[in-house]
Amino acid sequence: MFHNKYRAAKTLTSILTHIFLMAVAATCLFPLLWMVRSALMTNETIFTDKSFIPQSLHFKNFYLAWTAGGFATYFLNSVLYTVCVVFGIVLIASLAAYAFSRLKFPGKNFFFYIFLAAMMIPLPGSFVPLYVLMTKLHLANTRIGYILCMINVGLSLSIYMLKTFFDKMPSALEDAARMDGCSRIGIWLHVALPLARPAIAVIIIFNTLNVWNEYVLAMLLLNDQSLMPLQRGLMVFQGSHSVDYPLLMAGLSITVAPVVLVYLFMQKHIIKGLCAGAVAG
Amino acid sequence: MTANTRKISFEGLRELLGGYFFILPAVLIFSVFYIYPFVQTFILSLREWNGISLNSQFIGFDNFQEILQDGVWWLSMWHAAYITLIALTFQNALAFALALSCDRDIRLRKFYRVVFYLPPVLSEVVVGLIWQWILYAGMQNGEHVGLLNYFLTKIHMNHLVHAWLSDPKTALTCIAIVHSWKGFGWGFIILLAGLQTIDRQLYEAARVDGAGSFSIFKNVTIPMMIPVFVMVMILTILGSMQVFVLVLSMVGQGLVYHTEVPVTRILASMTGTSRFGYACALGIVFGLILMVFSFTLNKISRKFKQE
Repeated sequence: MFHNKYRAAKTLTSILTHIFLMAVAATCLFPLLWMVRSALMTNETIFTDKSFIPQSLHFKNFYLAWTAGGFATYFLNSVLYTVCVVFGIVLIASLAAYAFSRLKFPGKNFFFYIFLAAMMIPLPGSFVPLYVLMTKLHLANTRIGYILCMINVGLSLSIYMLKTFFDKMPSALEDAARMDGCSRIGIWLHVALPLARPAIAVIIIFNTLNVWNEYVLAMLLLNDQSLMPLQRGLMVFQGSHSVDYPLLMAGLSITVAPVVLVYLFMQKHIIKGLCAGAVAG
Repeated sequence: MTANTRKISFEGLRELLGGYFFILPAVLIFSVFYIYPFVQTFILSLREWNGISLNSQFIGFDNFQEILQDGVWWLSMWHAAYITLIALTFQNALAFALALSCDRDIRLRKFYRVVFYLPPVLSEVVVGLIWQWILYAGMQNGEHVGLLNYFLTKIHMNHLVHAWLSDPKTALTCIAIVHSWKGFGWGFIILLAGLQTIDRQLYEAARVDGAGSFSIFKNVTIPMMIPVFVMVMILTILGSMQVFVLVLSMVGQGLVYHTEVPVTRILASMTGTSRFGYACALGIVFGLILMVFSFTLNKISRKFKQE
């Protein structure tokens, strides 16, 4: 009798918990579904048809956003920026992190603490002199300028994460390679980097999302539409086509789709990176 | 003999330079794009400069004095504090409730984790534009276009229909709620990770001693979680106070004072009124306030730990 009551109470709590969790999950998913659904409407039906699944699906909007809306350019720019920045960060951060972890040279800790301090000290106004500097160097409104700035944004955290990984990694293999007369660059490239693959994966995904989603520097530094990444393009599009909601929603879907795909396949790494990043910050 | 020592010192030099060679690219980029702007922020904050002319004027601490009397600035600060307050309470309470629910053996746990962390991986531009469309206040042929207002008329709650994002009374709250929607999944993941590091034997021991669920929660879970709470609070404060892309994408970039936040003020001083020195001074004041907050919270948490 007592046992049954206990079990019933347990089932009830479990059902209530699931209802709560499901309700929250629905609020997470619904806005995205509503975005896709609105992207499939025409400019007339979007104002009249309010059903969740519209009567006729208008796939042409994706094509229109891609061509007439300029999202092809924005998309390719985003891909270019993301690839270059992430490659740069992995290369530069892994070199530095390896030195901070394994090599001996005076001032090592000093340099490392400077990178650490950069993560701790918030300075919201520093984009003002950065913008001035970029203009002076004639790097404002150029691809390379934006790429360099974004490499800098991801550098500190990536160095920190890689250094903690190298610190925990046993150095036996590297020592063996050194005995065999391998140079330090060779050890870094052929021994340390392959061993650090899990940490590098986290850094790649973490920075990919970061660059893909970045808006502030893209807004300050890039004025030519031909140079803009997706986030900037979306805001420009919204400013000039404020009525054309189906096209805007199609553009948003184009922006979100790669993020959701990367997220679904890589969510383990993303969550690992998030926890590491939070501890560092 | 001499040849030998020279060889050693040459090796040593190589060793030395090797280290610098490895960190050189990172230090170079970092110096140019982080340290230089960082230092320049302080130098510019003491000057009056329109960003274009070749000479700027040294004016000492005038910019900082002006900030003290800048009503719009402190209003924007209050707006950010309001958003932060909602994020600290509503967003974090929701995150903790969800984390507690997922901390035991429950079905679909992986599914929930994936779904809850979906909003945080979207950009602020995307989130702002989607919600702006849901909250849209326009009408067409006597029907509401935005989903929320349409829904409200359908369930006969016409008195609740609102121009959500242009009405000063609701705009800021809407931004705060959307900000919390974007952020709670992040808090959930961190808090869940914290809960899962608590040793299960502690719970067992408490239960053997006859403690009820609530008493276990109060005497085991909460004390063990305090460091995690503090970390989540600090990061929530830093993130929410600096919110602004969401504001731009939800209400636009016009001069709407009721949704001004500190970073939009810094931007407006820079690109709007072309007062670069003043913009830097605002940034410094803001950064200092943020630092004071996170340091105080850290101190308080240390005290908790010692007790």
